[in-house]
Amino acid sequence: MSALLVLDDVHVRFNTAAGQVQAVNGVSLDLAVGETLGLVGESGCGKSTLGKAILRLVPTSAGEIRIDGADIAPLDGAALTELRRKVQMIFQDPYGSLNPRSTVGRSVAQPLVLAGWKRDAIAERVDMLLSWVGLPPEARQRYPHEFSGGQRQRIGIARALALNPKLIICDEPVSALDVSVRAQVINLLEDLKAKVGMSYLFISHDLSVVEHIADRVAVMYLGTIVEIGSRDRIWREPQHPYTRALLAAAPIANPKLARARRRTILQGELPSPLDPPTGCPFHSRCPMAQARCKVEPPSLRAIGVGTQAACHFI
Amino acid sequence: MTAIPLEVRDLRTTLFTRRGEMKAVDGLSLSVGAGETVALVGESGCGKSLSALSIMRLLPDPPARIVGGEVKLNGQDIVPLDEEAMLDIRGKEIGMIFQDPMSALNPVVTIEKQIAEVVMAHSGLGRFQARARAHELLEQVGMPDAGRRLDAYPHQLSGGMCQRVVIAMAIACRPSVLIADEPTTALDVTVQAQVLALLKRLQAEAGMAMIFITHDLGVVAETADRVVVMYAGRKVEEAAVDDLFEEPLHPYTAGLIGATPVPGATRGDRLADIPGMVPALNALPGGCAFAPRCSRAMERCRREKPSLTVPVAGRLVACFAVAGEAA
Repeated sequence: MSALLVLDDVHVRFNTAAGQVQAVNGVSLDLAVGETLGLVGESGCGKSTLGKAILRLVPTSAGEIRIDGADIAPLDGAALTELRRKVQMIFQDPYGSLNPRSTVGRSVAQPLVLAGWKRDAIAERVDMLLSWVGLPPEARQRYPHEFSGGQRQRIGIARALALNPKLIICDEPVSALDVSVRAQVINLLEDLKAKVGMSYLFISHDLSVVEHIADRVAVMYLGTIVEIGSRDRIWREPQHPYTRALLAAAPIANPKLARARRRTILQGELPSPLDPPTGCPFHSRCPMAQARCKVEPPSLRAIGVGTQAACHFI
Repeated sequence: MTAIPLEVRDLRTTLFTRRGEMKAVDGLSLSVGAGETVALVGESGCGKSLSALSIMRLLPDPPARIVGGEVKLNGQDIVPLDEEAMLDIRGKEIGMIFQDPMSALNPVVTIEKQIAEVVMAHSGLGRFQARARAHELLEQVGMPDAGRRLDAYPHQLSGGMCQRVVIAMAIACRPSVLIADEPTTALDVTVQAQVLALLKRLQAEAGMAMIFITHDLGVVAETADRVVVMYAGRKVEEAAVDDLFEEPLHPYTAGLIGATPVPGATRGDRLADIPGMVPALNALPGGCAFAPRCSRAMERCRREKPSLTVPVAGRLVACFAVAGEAA
């Protein structure tokens, strides 16, 4: 499979009143055509920032992001518009991501209008998009407040699909939804992928959802990727101590399995990204940490086929 | 024999609003024994939080009023009590932990003063002793660097640490009943695991009866002894945690469990989804509230509300289809 998206040593820095935050600190990964890559980590690990950087919604301070082989950093004007046609985003908050004063039809049509589509073609396309996401054509005339959270997320998905993107960045798309509705939206995302054939970068803190939907998974901690590999390997043979801790901490919706597993609960909390630990970012909470970890940051290296982890001791 | 710590019987809370009366809690009964954890499960709007607030008598009137039933706390019905009597009971006999620890704490008062306030209100300890007790409580809830945190303000602490402070306040007077309303929903997964382990430890040490409100079936499986599933203000199923996950009886429970991904499932399996969404309380269908979304709904379900039956010893379910099978 050819790579649709390649990140090469990407850095994103924010200057804040309290100092400089290295939100993304040297991330390299690639995503193949038709693949779903899960990006997991706890709050503040930089996963959403990374998603935004791919859309050029935040600037990178170093490194390269390539889509279809082309570096996106120098793009402007028509070329930047073309990038945003290829890459779309679905947001976490279905209440905040739609204009409350625009009808659903207008919101979904907006990308088409910007792309210069003709009126009739737009109307036809909007009807098709709404039917893809399971909304009736009457939804066009209604406003976002008339819809539930799950339905609004469907509207956001329809808008993201409008221009046949190659990659959709899903930033916690089901985190704000109730269990039964969450399952509807996950199934919808999978059905649409089978139908349209785009790739997903699926950002989530919910490991059970990522395990369900992803082909490959990247685990982030304080701006760096600590492990990346196929879904099966990550869940069956997690290598990095943080991946293991994360999996051990995730609640299992099965009381017998939950009791049967031995778990070591990770101590401490995430360090502040304003003042990250030296060396390996995880050493302050790591049960395996040695003197070397405090000094020398480990780099991501291959551990067996298709898995990479950043730890001195694997 | 000592009384059951918490026994709720046929509790009814109605919201009186301009849009009409809404039965937010519609005949809820449950009991929680010492050292037992009962999970109250359901999606948003099913009435689980309003049930907890009704039990605590924390709902504002208007619009909310308890229109029937009783809440027996260690044998005493607290529904008829006035606010003054409730002030004495809350925090002392029954503690509560909320979802958002940041907003449960006063942002302009130090941690020590907030905990000491609870301690002094119920114990008669002086300022100095209360401070010592606050320190001890912070140690007990595993606050890192507890002594130094006493003079901190909530914004100087992380979400997980704030939740530890809220827990310290809730257990300060050794209540016999603890109500935890989505206590880990706002926390990261590694911190959630810490807080769940902490709650279990504290409960075991003090033999507290605990009501654990959550929408997360993973958390239910990890914490509960018994589970009460609510839908549209009513209890639709109750069972021991293992039985519930092994063989959910109510179609809504089965739907919730099917909709939750479990580890180790084969890639490509579809999640079972429940069509439609939770109905608004002012637009409940006649008959069973779940009928419009239910694959097993029959003619009768649309006319009549099913009441709870006992299909197997130790289990309760409100469903005509299940009752029909058992008969």
